[in-house]
Amino acid sequence: MTKPILEVKDLYKYFPVAHSMMDKILRRPHLEVKALDGVSFSVGKAEIVALVGESGSGKTTLSLNILGLQSPTRGEAFFNDLPLGKWAVGKLDQKDRRRIGVKSRRSQTLAFRRRAQMIFQDPYESLNPRQSIWEIMAEPLEIHFPGIREDVKERKVRSALEDCGLTPAEHFWDRYPDELSGGQRQRVVIASALVLEPDLLLADEPVSMLDVSIRADILTLLRTIRDVRGVTILYTTHDLATAGYFTDRMIVMYLGRIVEEGPTIEVLTSPKHPYTQALVSVAPAPNPRKRKQRVILKGELPNAVQIPSGCRFHPRCPIAQERCKQEDPSLTDAGPNRRVACLFAEGIKRNE
Amino acid sequence: MNSLEVKNLSVEYLNEKGDHLIAVENLSFSIPQGKSLGLVGESGCGKTTVMLSLMRLLPEAGRITSGQVFLNGLDLMRISEKEIQKIRWKEIAMVFQGAMNALNPVRTVESQIVEALMVHEILSSKADATKRAGELLELVGIPSKRGKQYPFQFSGGMRQRAVIAMALSCSPKVLIADEPTTALDVMVQAQITDLLQRLQKEMNLSLVLVTHDLGVVAEICDDVLVMYGGVMAEHADSDSLFNRASHPYTQRLLQAFPDIANPGSKLASIPGVPPRLNALPPGCRFEPRCDLRIAGLCEKIQPPVIQISEGHSASCHLLARGDQHD
Repeated sequence: MTKPILEVKDLYKYFPVAHSMMDKILRRPHLEVKALDGVSFSVGKAEIVALVGESGSGKTTLSLNILGLQSPTRGEAFFNDLPLGKWAVGKLDQKDRRRIGVKSRRSQTLAFRRRAQMIFQDPYESLNPRQSIWEIMAEPLEIHFPGIREDVKERKVRSALEDCGLTPAEHFWDRYPDELSGGQRQRVVIASALVLEPDLLLADEPVSMLDVSIRADILTLLRTIRDVRGVTILYTTHDLATAGYFTDRMIVMYLGRIVEEGPTIEVLTSPKHPYTQALVSVAPAPNPRKRKQRVILKGELPNAVQIPSGCRFHPRCPIAQERCKQEDPSLTDAGPNRRVACLFAEGIKRNE
Repeated sequence: MNSLEVKNLSVEYLNEKGDHLIAVENLSFSIPQGKSLGLVGESGCGKTTVMLSLMRLLPEAGRITSGQVFLNGLDLMRISEKEIQKIRWKEIAMVFQGAMNALNPVRTVESQIVEALMVHEILSSKADATKRAGELLELVGIPSKRGKQYPFQFSGGMRQRAVIAMALSCSPKVLIADEPTTALDVMVQAQITDLLQRLQKEMNLSLVLVTHDLGVVAEICDDVLVMYGGVMAEHADSDSLFNRASHPYTQRLLQAFPDIANPGSKLASIPGVPPRLNALPPGCRFEPRCDLRIAGLCEKIQPPVIQISEGHSASCHLLARGDQHD
């Protein structure tokens, strides 16, 4: 991997649970939702990484922290080698400020926003219905580059729209979102994220609201954008099959932790963590001849307030043993480029 | 014997301008007792309209213009509203799309099942109904004591289970499930499909699964009907459909579906978008997106339904032409 563009180091995000007067009188302990419970990983430039997990796994909290929309309880993330949390709120140290060449808090924040953009899930909700496509595309440019020349603005809008397959751009930019199909809207959403030429795109379930017949196009588009513009993409999803189609590396999360990480194809063809194995086994294959033995886990993700003791997956784990109730496995190397957090996974290096 | 048989069903909607929009045209299918049919298609293909027609629950603007629907030999289209009310829920029940939001938020889950049991006069005493509601919840894998809770205290998967329990409260013979797994997590999806499959076997239900997810269909359905633009594109047993797809739309749809067993394999979207009801192509509905179209024919004339083998048919001019050459 090349030098990482994003480095997340031991990130924790706890949300306090409301503590009532009664709780105080009865001296009940302060409870916390442990949405992120020690997450570390890095992403190389122009890599496409899938962040996979069910609801409650912490993937959304992780995205929000990476975008600087939340600040972590503990731990730090680095974006382009600069402390992301400080940068997003415009509080970089003097030498770091000099590196990005800006001074004021607002211009630091804007400089960060330009480099990290988000693609939202629902193209029917994330576009302002009263703005034309041109207005949607031009607004970020006017905010970030006040007084931008009209011809430069037009060139940037055109190139973003056309890179997203909306060609010729002038055929689309006078229209309003309701005149476009779902697939075209999602292309506009992606184009509006690209218009500022970011280094990092966070795509949160960008195809789950789209019809199957057009999903592949949008995923292929994301890959093309990476190839052409060198953008790094973090793809958040619970759908392993779409992640398998176009991502380079996969990070599987469970209850605020990474449980497995590795090259996508390897993780899907030989998953090591029992949770990943179960997820792969239940992903529907489009062929009745390939019906396989499904490992259906009971129940749902436990409450992140009371994380199970030992390995947090043990209450649902099909291969759990006594040891798993006490020992909390850390993410350990398990072969080239692979990491897994399981005491009994194949191929892990044990220090025994 | 077929428990549900649909013959040449056509449905129209009237828009505010007074135009007749054809939502479903000439659709026929049947399900033997205890079997399952997957009704597959993209948004706007008419699959939900078909289901609402079967239940006679079409919105006011909708009208069944022709066709018959037989439920165990009884034509549902000819009976009175009063009679259909007796059949709904007792003979044919439905798990609605977005079932996550189909529960009343201010009443306990149990009381909602009790209500269904009592309204349909399955049980007259409240005590019996409460006991039965508990059994139904256990049947779908929810501890009966949790019936005293409100929907907001349930997770998405549990709400979906509760809605299934409610649909089964009057022991129907036919269960229609409209997108029962959409918007659920993968593991919960697997739990729900597993549950539907188990219930179908245990209760000898005929199951109609309406979905856009071919993977779920491949997992649990005996037969598959693919709809496109309000008409049948292809209809076959699951094995034939997934391994010997004949209609270009089915073929392309399968190519667009990522297969986890082959990560990194090529996927191809279908260019264009499904037709709108107010602008249906005059010929084959799929012709504008089809790369195998026969010029001068497909855009003008609707394709006939071609029987490919026993229980496998598709409507496509290419297949008709193939027959002539043979």
